[in-house]
Amino acid sequence: MAVPPLQNRPCSGRYSDIVASIGHTPLVELKRLSPKPGVRIWAKLESHNPTGSVKDRVGRALIEDAEEKGLISKGQTILEPTSGNTGISLAMIASRKGYKLRVVMPDNVTKERTQLLQMYGAEIIYSDGSKGSNGAVEMALELAAADPSLYMPYQYGNQANPLAHYNGTALEILEDLDGHVDAFVAGLGTGGTLMGNGRRLTEELGDAVKIVAAEPMQGEPVQGLRSLEDGFIPPIIDISVLDRKIFVTNRDAILWTRKLLDEEGLFAGVSTGAIARVAVRIAGEMDEGNVVFIVADDGWKYLSSGIYTLPVDEVENLDSTVWW
Amino acid sequence: MATIRIPPVLRASVGGERELQADGGNVGEILRTLVEEHPSTESQLFGADGTLNRYVNVYLNDEDVRVLDGLDTAVESSDTLVILPAMAGGAR
Repeated sequence: MAVPPLQNRPCSGRYSDIVASIGHTPLVELKRLSPKPGVRIWAKLESHNPTGSVKDRVGRALIEDAEEKGLISKGQTILEPTSGNTGISLAMIASRKGYKLRVVMPDNVTKERTQLLQMYGAEIIYSDGSKGSNGAVEMALELAAADPSLYMPYQYGNQANPLAHYNGTALEILEDLDGHVDAFVAGLGTGGTLMGNGRRLTEELGDAVKIVAAEPMQGEPVQGLRSLEDGFIPPIIDISVLDRKIFVTNRDAILWTRKLLDEEGLFAGVSTGAIARVAVRIAGEMDEGNVVFIVADDGWKYLSSGIYTLPVDEVENLDSTVWW
Repeated sequence: MATIRIPPVLRASVGGERELQADGGNVGEILRTLVEEHPSTESQLFGADGTLNRYVNVYLNDEDVRVLDGLDTAVESSDTLVILPAMAGGAR
């Protein structure tokens, strides 16, 4: 019997296991967000990865890079500072590949992250939440220095992180838009998404593409630095790759996360609200072209905070939570 | 005069103020005005070579001046300069 042709092309393919299925995410147009007819806004749904975030690409790249270089062996413990998504991705991939995972995470992240990490079998060490992600990085570096049996991929300084995007995400975007990308917007955390995509898109398209960073304006309760010398710039970040770098407050990030849900039916995490806000602003400055932004994760792990249902002023710990 | 927002880590150096006003036509001039009025901020804001300390991010309203024209970025009196410490990105 003849099989009827697929109506939903492109089909997203078949894979040998869950780790191999990472990537190949959909690119979806958000017509209601577009400020003018000639400018099209596209959301790259990294939330469709197996654990629900873009960090599956990074987690796989970090572990496979260590395997290829002979830096880890079966049963060994991997240690990583993270405030959530990378840890969850590493936990899933490590469990599939036979490694143990220990993560260092600020104690003020949403509780779903703890549950997801436990679900995939990770061990969690909490760092002082008032130091934000800086505190987790600092503690993980100390732990790794004290115990040579641990392997720390260190996403903040490992080129496998941006390369996951240089050799993956960016190529998918170029393919899906036939090379017509005028602006690319993503969140600035480790810098991996922006550096990897930014370099590849700029190599292919030159100055025709603008690379734009949306970054969290950390609330004052998590700016717990003793001095500016406690500041931190991820080693993989090269600011010259960026054309714009714009901060978004927690409040605006949440308002736009809601807007994505209400206007486009897109259930995304808080960083994506911030990224969408910047993408729409960039789109408003253009006359025509394609703006692509990254949907870094889905909304499930933020549900307990009430951000999808409460008025934003009733969200508890708005400024003291590490949202992204 | 432009408005400058001071992060918690710098407030002790400016008498506890969260916000200050300063004169100047660009980012560098405004920060120099701040330093003249509050000399203990100088070593925190600037390196020995006079460039912005690498762990300080300065934003013109909400855009990082390092990807604009740096200390030469023009500032209007209605603008706000936001000083923030460099922090590791969030859920990463």
